[in-house]
Amino acid sequence: MSTISAPGTDVPPAEVPDYPMTRAAGCPFDPPPALHTLQAEAPISRVRLWDGTTPWLVTRYEDVRALLADPRIGSDGTHPHYPHESPAAKERRRQSRTFITVDDPEHARLRRMVTAAFSIKHVEALRPAIQKIVDDLIDAVLAGPGPVDLVQAFALPVPSLVICALLGVPYADHDFFQTNSRILVRSTTTPEQARAATQLLLDYLDRLIGEKLTHPTDDLLSTVAERVRAGELSRREAAGMGMLLLIAGHETTANMIALGTLALLQHPDQLARVSASDDPKLIASAVEELLRYLTIVHSGRRRVAREDIEIGGVTIRAGEGVVLANDIGNRDPAAFPDPGRLDVDRNPRHHVAFGFGVHQCLGQPLARVELQVVYSTLYRRIPTLRLAVGLDRIPFKHDGTVYGVYELPVTW
Amino acid sequence: MKVIVDQHKCVASGQCVLTAPEVFDQREEDGIVVLLTETPPEHLMDDVRQAATLCPAQAIWLAEQEKQEDKE
Repeated sequence: MSTISAPGTDVPPAEVPDYPMTRAAGCPFDPPPALHTLQAEAPISRVRLWDGTTPWLVTRYEDVRALLADPRIGSDGTHPHYPHESPAAKERRRQSRTFITVDDPEHARLRRMVTAAFSIKHVEALRPAIQKIVDDLIDAVLAGPGPVDLVQAFALPVPSLVICALLGVPYADHDFFQTNSRILVRSTTTPEQARAATQLLLDYLDRLIGEKLTHPTDDLLSTVAERVRAGELSRREAAGMGMLLLIAGHETTANMIALGTLALLQHPDQLARVSASDDPKLIASAVEELLRYLTIVHSGRRRVAREDIEIGGVTIRAGEGVVLANDIGNRDPAAFPDPGRLDVDRNPRHHVAFGFGVHQCLGQPLARVELQVVYSTLYRRIPTLRLAVGLDRIPFKHDGTVYGVYELPVTW
Repeated sequence: MKVIVDQHKCVASGQCVLTAPEVFDQREEDGIVVLLTETPPEHLMDDVRQAATLCPAQAIWLAEQEKQEDKE
């Protein structure tokens, strides 16, 4: 391969910064300062990834949004120049192909098999059940002594219980699937570890799909199994889809719950707005603002150009990798005035925390309802909630493709 | 002003239903957009415009925008 010049490899090494970049010490909620500089000075420029490749990094909100919606941009995770986040992410995509890493029309065909479960009507119907899950977990926290780790006691169980009920996965297996999911979203995971974790999860989901084929129940995995029976989906594709939904369904929301709580604890005036309010509109606005402000999928959306694209004075050539940095895009002053300020009244619904274009997050309606229930309940029921350790003792997921905290020791 | 939706492009993100529930709904079987009225009352037009902006698949537009696209 070294004799073949991939697009972009002719750039002198010294001029191309490494990506991802490092956040500033003491600013755990803010994107790396180097991204602000790029956004201001070189909004579409090359960066160097872990494997030495130099895809384009796009940092301005308008460009991120425009390119994510551009049909000339593809998501084929098997393309040789697809800019993978890590060796583990590359291995996972090689092993399991799902609708998030294929292009239309195949993407639309696969995605539409599961979209009904995430319609606004369906997720709204889950709200009372989600409220009960949240209330029960808070009861359990309050019944015991503090401090507790809010991640293990609350942030992880809430979305795990919800996605298990929706998919028809036994919650009793949560240690198994949470452990293996965690391996897959860590950038330091080796390809061997990723392969093993992926295989364990695929085998597990395949077993469940098999059960749903013989004993269908009223859940999403049974719907997927029905597509297998109809010959529209292979068993392996079905297991891959189940695995994607299971991981995406708990990992991201759990991080938004824990990191969102920490962000509010560090902004007492904003926390007071949220905990004092019984206005669903304010709560919904706070959810959108925390999604924007934290943008936990902080390693960018990964794409490959399918055709030459002229944008911002730059030509992205067909076949070149493109990283759409939605985290810094959500801090673009051209789209969000005073973007570094957390303002729960802002209601910035045009943020790109869920991405944009045809691959925009399938589970976003569910995530919104979960976060609305959590943020409107947790701080009202535990008004004295506070950190049990200093902010400098909180372990952040700097090494994760999804950002958050590993632990959040709290007391009340 | 006329609202147009493209069910072929729609990815069922639900953004339009959250923004203008009087104008947009989703099909029961797959969450794809259903237009409840082609000509919403004037007081809903801001919401409709926002729904068109927020739609990730760009599957919603207003008749006046359609004309502009035709010219390109």
